Amino acid sequence: MRASTRIIAGIVAAVLIAAAVAAFAIVWRPAIAGIDPPDPQSFDAALVKRGRDLAAIGNCSDCHTPRGAKNFAGGLPVPTPFGTIFSTNITPDPETGIGRWSEAAFRRAMRSGVNREGQHLYPTFPYDHFTNVSDEDDRALYAFLMTRQPVRAAPRENQLSFPFNQRLAIAGWKLLFLRHDTYRPDPRQSAEWNRGAYLVEGLAHCGACHTPRNALGAERVSARFAGGDVDDWHAYAINEQSRSPVPWTADALFTYLREGWHPDHGTARGPMAKVVSNLSSVPASDVRAIAVYTASVSGTPTSGRTGPSEDALARAKKASQTNPVGASIYTAACASCHEGGRPLPYGGVDLGLSTAISSPDPRNLANIVLSGIDAVEGERSPIMPGFAASMNDDQVSALLNYLRARFSDQSAWTDLKKTIAEARRTQTVFLQTSPAPRNAPADPQQREKP
Amino acid sequence: MMTLKVNGREHQVDAEADTPLLYVLRDDLKLNAAKYGCGLGQCGSCTVIVDGKAVLSCVVPMVLLEGKQVTTLEGLGTIAEPAPIQRAFMEEQAAQCGYCIPGMMMRAQALLQKNSKPTDEQIRAELEPHLCRCGTHMRILRAVHRAARLMDTADVSPAANGSAR
Amino acid sequence: MNAAVIIDRRRVLAGGGALIVSFSLGSALAQQQDAPQAAAPSPPGSLKTSPYLDAWIRIDADGVEVFTGKAELGQGFKTAFQQIAAEELDIAFESLKVTTADTRLTANEGYTAGSNSMKDSGTAIQNAAAQVRALLIAEAARRLGLSAESLRTADGAVIAPDGKRLSYGELVAVDMLHVQAQPDSKLKDPATFKVIGRPVPRVDIPAKVTGGEAYVQDMRLPGMLHARVVRPPSYGAELTECDTAAVGKLPGVVKVVRDGNFLAVVAEKEFQSIKAMNALAAAAKWKETARLPKQDDLVNVLTSLPSQDTTIFERSNAAVAAHRTIEATYTRPYQAHGSIGPSCAVAQFVDGAMTVWTHTQGVYPDRQGIAEMLRMPPANVRLIHVDGSGCYGHNGADDAAADAALIARALPGRPVRVHWTREQEHAWEPYGPAMVTKLKASLDGNGKIADWNFDVWSNTHSMRPGGAGSMLAAQHMAQPFAVPAPRPLPLPEGGGDRNAIPFYNFPNTRVVHHFISAMPLRISAMRALGAYHNVFSIESFIDELAILAGADPVEFRLKHLDDQRGRDVIEKAAQAFGWKPDQKPPPDRGYGFAFARYKNLAAYCAVASEVEVNRETGRPRLVRAAAAVDSGQVVNPDGLINQIEGAIVQSMSWTLYESVTFDDTRITSIDWQTYPILRFSSVPESIEVHIIDRPGQPFLGSGETGQGPAAASIANAVANATGKRLRNLPLTRKRIKEAIDA
Repeated sequence: MRASTRIIAGIVAAVLIAAAVAAFAIVWRPAIAGIDPPDPQSFDAALVKRGRDLAAIGNCSDCHTPRGAKNFAGGLPVPTPFGTIFSTNITPDPETGIGRWSEAAFRRAMRSGVNREGQHLYPTFPYDHFTNVSDEDDRALYAFLMTRQPVRAAPRENQLSFPFNQRLAIAGWKLLFLRHDTYRPDPRQSAEWNRGAYLVEGLAHCGACHTPRNALGAERVSARFAGGDVDDWHAYAINEQSRSPVPWTADALFTYLREGWHPDHGTARGPMAKVVSNLSSVPASDVRAIAVYTASVSGTPTSGRTGPSEDALARAKKASQTNPVGASIYTAACASCHEGGRPLPYGGVDLGLSTAISSPDPRNLANIVLSGIDAVEGERSPIMPGFAASMNDDQVSALLNYLRARFSDQSAWTDLKKTIAEARRTQTVFLQTSPAPRNAPADPQQREKP
Repeated sequence: MMTLKVNGREHQVDAEADTPLLYVLRDDLKLNAAKYGCGLGQCGSCTVIVDGKAVLSCVVPMVLLEGKQVTTLEGLGTIAEPAPIQRAFMEEQAAQCGYCIPGMMMRAQALLQKNSKPTDEQIRAELEPHLCRCGTHMRILRAVHRAARLMDTADVSPAANGSAR
Repeated sequence: MNAAVIIDRRRVLAGGGALIVSFSLGSALAQQQDAPQAAAPSPPGSLKTSPYLDAWIRIDADGVEVFTGKAELGQGFKTAFQQIAAEELDIAFESLKVTTADTRLTANEGYTAGSNSMKDSGTAIQNAAAQVRALLIAEAARRLGLSAESLRTADGAVIAPDGKRLSYGELVAVDMLHVQAQPDSKLKDPATFKVIGRPVPRVDIPAKVTGGEAYVQDMRLPGMLHARVVRPPSYGAELTECDTAAVGKLPGVVKVVRDGNFLAVVAEKEFQSIKAMNALAAAAKWKETARLPKQDDLVNVLTSLPSQDTTIFERSNAAVAAHRTIEATYTRPYQAHGSIGPSCAVAQFVDGAMTVWTHTQGVYPDRQGIAEMLRMPPANVRLIHVDGSGCYGHNGADDAAADAALIARALPGRPVRVHWTREQEHAWEPYGPAMVTKLKASLDGNGKIADWNFDVWSNTHSMRPGGAGSMLAAQHMAQPFAVPAPRPLPLPEGGGDRNAIPFYNFPNTRVVHHFISAMPLRISAMRALGAYHNVFSIESFIDELAILAGADPVEFRLKHLDDQRGRDVIEKAAQAFGWKPDQKPPPDRGYGFAFARYKNLAAYCAVASEVEVNRETGRPRLVRAAAAVDSGQVVNPDGLINQIEGAIVQSMSWTLYESVTFDDTRITSIDWQTYPILRFSSVPESIEVHIIDRPGQPFLGSGETGQGPAAASIANAVANATGKRLRNLPLTRKRIKEAIDA
């Protein structure tokens, strides 16, 4: 080997070592010593109660209590473009849960997505938002979780392809996308707005669904709240790009988030149903704050969103003439409830107000037509029959086209048949894995995922 | 006039395209099994099988049925020659007033046609859209399990596989 | 005895009863005139009021037919009656035909209610059958010149020692059974029963599971029209404007009927009538008044209404001193029958005579109401009971019958079928009344109950027809009939005070019934009446006292109960459940126990249950239940088990989920979204029912006996699981969560 070659090799080696050291510094996190599970009685009752409300705002049970499972014992499969990640057991079981986690370990997980053993956690656990949660709130959440019933349930192995199955990759991801800031209030805004911003950007992690993600699965900063994807549902844009026929106000948002429905917008469905059912049990002031902040995010509506237009009648007539099949299906299968003159949420939204119909993405409408809305066991809740068994894809397509033409001023959807076929496939899976009504805290006024 | 295939026979039916199947079955074809319970798709009493799948006939308009095969409880068997699902409900005495039962039986039949050995959990999940007010649920569950066993051992006959006779 | 019957028969015939060729009941009045004087011992069951044997059993060459004035509501007693008659007549079960309530054919047995059908009609049929058999033997003895004692019966025939058979059809003469029953019958020895006590499959189930014509909803008479009613949007709403012209022109519409606030439309086909109903509803303008009370404040609403207060039970023993005293208030909301099939009726008016096919529980009282509404003589109105969807009390059945009659009168000759919508059934049925109970009791120094005070506030529990004013159509007509004044139902059965008197032995006891006559919501009889809430209250409070005394709930009950049959069912249920005094349920689970003797005079029932409560969501789940029941002589054990199983499941739904909701004007629980009931995911893993058979003892009935014990057993299990006592029905997930979080 020649000298120059050796030098080059030496430089390369030095760079590699330096890189490895740097990488190690980025990647490596120490384990935090395990503790004996604290006595539930050692936590202050008021702190636990606050933790319960915070856990509801954080929607923890949605991922950590899957259908038919024990509370917070994990095991929900979360499909991602990189493979399936399973939620973990966050009960205080010492062997399979977080029973041996100190508060510091818990806070580190919330802040930087690292578990007690020092492993990086996948960002399906939204620590990119939880990093904003205050120490005080982390303490309350910790107190709440450590006073739950311990459940022995070993976490399931994630099913990820290379290189995503390397926890090292997460460190890189964090380097690129994780901001370790905690939330700083904006002194120009009201205390309520700031409280809302703290919750929305932090614990409530609204952007996790409502902000679109880039190729590496991180939220796109430039498109905040412009609408994202979750469980094969479209999480609507809640910024100025919102397509809801009637613009959202703070009052409307408050009612919707608290009760699960609003007369101008209909009922929360799909994954959002669980969110609103959790929000029904938390202090009204927090929901109000979330509504105030979110309304300010929505800003001024884009043009054309001024409510049902005057030519709705003409549109209805034209739609019936050009699509008689869709019109007949609508009359017999939909109108008996949606035009029954009964108050929401039990009468079905006036479809002229439906965001699903004016949305650029037809998935939600396809999902709801196919799967309907299941009853929540023993509670007042809207029910809609699903039509997957009685309509083929052509018929669903005819109905959706009719609804789009009659109840929105938007152009027809393209690729509708493909969307419907895909919805038919994914909804079956969704229904089997989503949290079951039995485990979901639903307000009597509310409903569950379909 | 439109053509409707019910229990293996074609019927010429004089009904508007938006008429729900339930009323055509009861009013035009004089079939009793599918029952009006709510007309809103909330209770399951009107359930029949269309192309192998259980559907709520009160919210399925005629326009959706072109070329499809409808099966009602009458199409499965008779008192003299009951289908396995019917035998099972008789043997378990799985009825009190019985009004909700035909709908339950059709849902169960559709389930058993695609899954001959359902678990108790699967049966419960499948019957979730159905209401019974008399509290006959325990017997209904037993009857569906029994039907599964009967269908498993029965000769493959038209009644057993659910197509019309 | 046989001779006595014959003498009696001669007396009746001589007494001017015309020789009745075809069976006819005559009016109830005529029967009463013929009936034995009050001083004489009367025959048992409904034979008291309908004493003629041929009111119950008819025999001709074609076979034997049994008649009951009761209506099959899904309880399966049609089968039980057939078993009883087959047993006592010695005839094959299959060869019998049972005809249920029909004002032209059957006895007037009032309502099918109160778990009384076995006691009333079953007893009547049993005794009538035994006496008919004796008459047939006597006739055979006369013809053969043999002694009655030498003859036996089998398979529908009297058989002589030499094997000669005389079939019942051969023996019976036209008027032979038109005789009054004797007070005593020579009943078979229960030890020899071949049909009674066997789980005979129900006769109605085959048609119901094969799409046979099984319900009034399935009736299709030639030329039948379909009607739909448009009900007011709220109680007392007045129709101010309704342009019916456009509706009259809709396809298939035959007639729009308007009579005051009563509005209906009739069409050739069913779906046409529905479309027309929707159009008519859109055209109708109503004036509504806000008159409903505050739903969330039931305790104050009910206890502040004027009430008629009666101390219905008082016992004192000053020697027992109170040591520790507790008190509690329990409430029950308005609850709906919620039949799965909305009410339906078919009526036809031909040549001045009205016939109504209905799933009413009382063809005779309903006939009286309809005749009054139509201002027709009752004799010109015939009501025929046809099975409907299960009703669990007074639902919309009678109202639908009145609707059909009123509409059919406007279309003479054509049969008219009325079927209510789901929303109409939910909004207009008469609900089970809301109730409040206040309890106060003390333990003595030995941990036994020293004193017991029980106050119950309730409406009546029956606004059933008799008069027209009980029916919606009559209330809504241009010349309306007033709603009759409510009356408390008399004890010992009682209404709001049914089971208000504790069945236990307490040295000091005081029970007060506060009868409320104002009825803010339309109410009437619902399965078990006041017993549901009273047993829930008593048995919950007994548990509270047991906890206070540090005693096991089962032992605590036994300590206060002398009645041996009661003790037996308690011990049986506890043993079947695996109840142990030192038991400790798994985490988040609880065990509960409850007992009652229905009406304090009918069937005994004890229920033990295991409930799981999700601590995060509050969601309760009945995991399993074990029950024991003593219903006297059991006729059909499987039918009895079916009833108790159903009672536990239904009561669980009432207890955990159900309440009628309303704003200040309208009922807002109008379908299964707004009035949720249990679905399959909440069905328990197992329900065991154990029967304690009492051969030869009177039939006690069973339809309503399980409701109260099941409710209290579940409530006690919820308290055991959570450590929190919930006293307001229903025990919803939300209430449980609030209690846990508090």
